Amino acid sequence: MNHIIGIFLISLGALFNLSGCVGLLRFSNVFSKIQAASKSVTLGTTFILIGIAFTEGISVSSTKALLTAGLILFTVPTGAHALARASREYSKTQKESDKGKENETPKT
Amino acid sequence: MIYNVLIYILLVSVFLCIYKMGRGPTPVERAVAVYTLGTIVVALSALFSLKMETDFFLNVSISWALLSFIGTMAIAKFLEGRGLDE
Repeated sequence: MNHIIGIFLISLGALFNLSGCVGLLRFSNVFSKIQAASKSVTLGTTFILIGIAFTEGISVSSTKALLTAGLILFTVPTGAHALARASREYSKTQKESDKGKENETPKT
Repeated sequence: MIYNVLIYILLVSVFLCIYKMGRGPTPVERAVAVYTLGTIVVALSALFSLKMETDFFLNVSISWALLSFIGTMAIAKFLEGRGLDE
């Protein structure tokens, strides 16, 4: 029974990961891409690790899998937040440098 | 058998991420693709540990999660134009 639940969770997580990667390719905006990739990949990887813990039963391997699942749940949204803020600041600096180039070109 | 199918699904996602990593026009999209790739490789190596029935690949998955998080935070601070210790 635990084996069946584990296989079901792992296949669900693999489908979530695949849909996250398709969203990374198909969305138009940078922020939409960050949102699609980070959310669904977090859920998919956590499902896969919890399914592995179900399949292994109570052992060292399932403890390591649950530890990695907690780590993924904390770190991936933090990294996505930092990347979104970096994208905003980066687009601001790009616009300023473009304006600087436009002002420079008529003078020369 | 079913493990092979799941590993192939995850490999297709990894190749999609590598394609986006090479093609993405802005640096932020490349960084997002690298971080997504790292998170999927964590799941992939955990599935390898289940298929090969060994404990070693779970250590790989823990350290890969930590290292990709630290690298992404460093890349985000660099793109933001700040130093690494601010």
